[in-house]
Amino acid sequence: MGQVLGRVLSKLWGGDKEIRILILGLDGAGKTTILYRLQIGEVITTVPTIGFNVETLTYKNLKFNVWDLGGQTSIRPYWRCYYANTAAVIFVVDATDRDRINTCKEELKEMLNEEELADSALLVFANKQDQPGAMTAPEVSQTLGLVGMKDRSWSIVACSAIKGEGLTEGLDWLVEVIKEEQL
Amino acid sequence: MSYKKNEDLDSGPGGAVMDKMTVFQDCIAGFNASPIQPRKCRVLLTKLTYLLSTGDTFARDESTRLFFSITKLFQHKDIALRQMVYLVIKELATSADDVIMVTSSIMKDTTVGSDVVYRPNAIRTLARIIDASTIQAIERLIKTAIVDKHPIVSSAALISSYHLLPVSREVVRRWANETQDTVLAQKPFPQAAYGGTASGLGIGPAGPASSFMTQYHALGLLYQLRSHDRMALIKMIQQLANAGSAMKSPAAIVMLIRFVARAIDEDRNMRRPLYTLLEGWLKHKSDMVNFEAAKTILEMRDSTDAEASPAINVLQLFLSSPRFVSRFAAIRILNRFAMIRPQNVNVCNIDIEALINDPNRSIATYAITTLLKTGNEASVDRLMKQITGFMNDISDEFKIIVVDAIRSLCLKFPSKQASMLSFLSGVLRDEGGYEFKRAVIEAMFDLIKFVPDSKEEALSYLCEFIEDCEFTKLAVRILHLLGEEGPSTAHPTKYIRYIYNRVVLENAIVRAAAVTALSKFSLIDDASVQESVKVLLTRCLDDPDDEVRDRAAMALRLSATEKPIAKEYLAPESVPSLGALEQQLILYVTGGPDAASVAFDISSVPFISKDQAVADQFRAKTMATLPILGGTAIDSGSGAGSGGVSPSKTPALGEDYAQKYAASLAKIPELQAFGALIRSSRPVPLTESETEYVITGIKHLYKEHLVLQFDVQNTLPDTVLEDVSVIANPSTADDGTEPYVEEFIIAIPRLTQESTGTIYVAFTRPSGEEHAYTGGVFSNTLRFTSKEIDPNTGEPEEEGYEDEYQVEDIEIGVADFLVPTYVGNFQHMWDQLSFETSETYSLAGVGSLSEACSSVIDSLSMQPLEGSETPLQNATHVLKLFARTLQGGKVVALVRMAYSAKTGVTLKISVRAEDERVAQMVVGGIA
Repeated sequence: MGQVLGRVLSKLWGGDKEIRILILGLDGAGKTTILYRLQIGEVITTVPTIGFNVETLTYKNLKFNVWDLGGQTSIRPYWRCYYANTAAVIFVVDATDRDRINTCKEELKEMLNEEELADSALLVFANKQDQPGAMTAPEVSQTLGLVGMKDRSWSIVACSAIKGEGLTEGLDWLVEVIKEEQL
Repeated sequence: MSYKKNEDLDSGPGGAVMDKMTVFQDCIAGFNASPIQPRKCRVLLTKLTYLLSTGDTFARDESTRLFFSITKLFQHKDIALRQMVYLVIKELATSADDVIMVTSSIMKDTTVGSDVVYRPNAIRTLARIIDASTIQAIERLIKTAIVDKHPIVSSAALISSYHLLPVSREVVRRWANETQDTVLAQKPFPQAAYGGTASGLGIGPAGPASSFMTQYHALGLLYQLRSHDRMALIKMIQQLANAGSAMKSPAAIVMLIRFVARAIDEDRNMRRPLYTLLEGWLKHKSDMVNFEAAKTILEMRDSTDAEASPAINVLQLFLSSPRFVSRFAAIRILNRFAMIRPQNVNVCNIDIEALINDPNRSIATYAITTLLKTGNEASVDRLMKQITGFMNDISDEFKIIVVDAIRSLCLKFPSKQASMLSFLSGVLRDEGGYEFKRAVIEAMFDLIKFVPDSKEEALSYLCEFIEDCEFTKLAVRILHLLGEEGPSTAHPTKYIRYIYNRVVLENAIVRAAAVTALSKFSLIDDASVQESVKVLLTRCLDDPDDEVRDRAAMALRLSATEKPIAKEYLAPESVPSLGALEQQLILYVTGGPDAASVAFDISSVPFISKDQAVADQFRAKTMATLPILGGTAIDSGSGAGSGGVSPSKTPALGEDYAQKYAASLAKIPELQAFGALIRSSRPVPLTESETEYVITGIKHLYKEHLVLQFDVQNTLPDTVLEDVSVIANPSTADDGTEPYVEEFIIAIPRLTQESTGTIYVAFTRPSGEEHAYTGGVFSNTLRFTSKEIDPNTGEPEEEGYEDEYQVEDIEIGVADFLVPTYVGNFQHMWDQLSFETSETYSLAGVGSLSEACSSVIDSLSMQPLEGSETPLQNATHVLKLFARTLQGGKVVALVRMAYSAKTGVTLKISVRAEDERVAQMVVGGIA
């Protein structure tokens, strides 16, 4: 009985349609760690991603196709190849890396200007909160210039992928936004 | 396409033919769709593979777009889809940009513990997309995969490493230990998982479970990693050969045997222990190992009879095997060996005779040709009868093999020419294509040239043949031969009729050839013949074809002139050397307007007499009948193992080398004053091939001068050499004088890194008649200023240091003054010459008569006659040699030799020449 109800509900939310999510950010921000923390709930050892990782994860009855694209300078130009049909972008920032926060800002700006991402939601993770001296969420939000953004739904969440803190909050917000848009 | 077409592929929904752009668009759309439909995508990928593998290509940007859309398929977990994805990425890897983007995804599929069925596919794809900058990242992964317990994973990693060698040899080299372990690790194929499909893979009756292919792959890689280090290679061979039953894969053992063959070829000291290994493999339980071992033993340079005999015994057993393929393999190896050492194969004659009637014609043909080689004179007739019986049943290709065998038999047993001739004329009447007829005609030409007794009869068979010959080319050649040989026969008029028939009946090309042939008969000293030829030629003046009329008019005009003049034009004694003529003409044509302003100078082309031309042909023929051995070379890049392994290899073809160098030497102003180049030696290496400076020397003889050419190769990547010269010190003669006086050195001003340059050192040759054959030894030192290159600027440093480098000596000896020449009749020549000298030598280090023969031929540079370069018995042999000196004097040599295991080879050489000094020089040339 419950299954039948589930199927009816999922029909309502756009059938078996998979929801495409991109995880972007500079190299070493923790994108791959977040992806696998979300998928298998464990911290794995990672190597710099040459290319991308793609995983399917189900959260609150929604099926996500999550693409984690490598953040190295040489790979950033290829991000655009994966922009089409993206429901949301998770942008990961290394909150301890004050030196490169401006590079972050540039990349983010350039990405948001892309036509194909005009309708996508934006979730920013201020990662590595377990480290001393990490910037807080408002700090990051201020520096990246998110505050004035009116044309899309966005949110910023402080998190620590290693400890698993903040990730579900971020994802909860994302689910809400997506359900809203699809209903 | 003859196989069944896949309906999914060839026609779309509307039955349309597959179109490249449609497939492209469908793919882009299909792969970007969400959610992904695996079945549909698989069909699209299959179409793409089909297009790529049937020769269609996509432009770079299209390829790249395809590639990126394919990467989106990684989100789907369907196994079959993923395998297809890998296949296509491998195809696209070379044509698309940025393929590096899939690295992470592939690595995930290949990681340890990933138990997916497409793990091997992923590993193989990884090797295609990786480049030198990223290879480090996959190092650990490949290493673990190599030692994986699953054979397919391990094989995939090994093969990938092989492909990665050109990307970074350094990194792959670090995997040697893992590879080494894998060679001996036995990785059985897990039956449970794949047993069901094994039989469908066609790996063999026993399936992949027992093939142990991983060993083969690992050994191949290991060899590549060790190939630079001879000692390590030998160690590897010995270790694996002694591993006994751990070497499970017959394919791997076969490969190991090929490495052994190479090692034997390169290092004489290893011969004995390695031979023992080969002998052991003759008893291996796998057929293919037995064959490879036997083949290798028989192809070994100068194997002794004792060494060859176990291999032959093994092959003999296979001759009566019930399997076609075994019989074929055995007879083929024996056939090749019989070409060089027929006497050793004699023991198998009875078994081989049984194969003449083998239902498989290929086996039968090999059997016959082998018997023709091994048989004695007595059995030839019987064999010929048997061949005639089945000639009609075999294809042209095999007929040619038979005809070739008979041709070389003619040269070997001239006394059997009658039966062979009748056989040849018989097959000439049979149906057959051009190649086959040409082989028969050439065999008959050889008979006419080299077996004088058969001339008349062979000519009349050929006359008969052209009466009804559909091949213009062959008719022209035969007519030319009739013109050459006809006038000197007993009844020349008989040929005139045949030739004139052609004038009446054939096309213009044949008619023109016939007229030329006819004109040669006008030189016969018989007024009535001359008169009738004249009448016939006059008739040809009415021919509709220009060329035919021109030739007839020219011939008539010439026959009316003085006889010597007519002879010079109609039947010249000497002809231009065709190779040299061609080369000069090319120089003339490519010389630009300057060269074209003067007429071509025919006198710059050396003329060779007919005897000389015949000698060259004979040499080429006898060489050609020997099979090219040493085919065991693993990669064609190294020519070391291939080529003349045969003991009767004919030495230095002097005039050919002179032709090769004449043009480049003529361009050097200093050397022009020396006149025409008489002779050039073959290039001799003066250093080991892997030293810093690799030097080869070539000797050029002029009338009064000697020029030593040194080709110097600077192999150092970071050093420039300046003022590179060679100090060549001639030896002093017994009386204290220096016969060779240095004139000048042409040095290399600057030899950049990894480049080659040439130094010439010129000498005056000893003058006077009595010194014409004075030899000498030149000790050579390379002298140069060496400058290192600054790695920062790429410029050589200002200051260099002078250095010297001692290289091998160059010797001028007998061989440099003699030109191997062919004569038809040795005895006649022997009786003609008066000055005789003889001497007895004992060659202790020589292990067989054939080795002695080739070393004598080599050191004297004389032409072996009457097939005497191949000893037929093991104990005694007579070698007959002929040559001309550079001045044209004749020299004959008769070498009697005897072999005993205790004393080695003892030989007595008797030389006759026109000049006593020449005879003495030749006798002394063996020492």
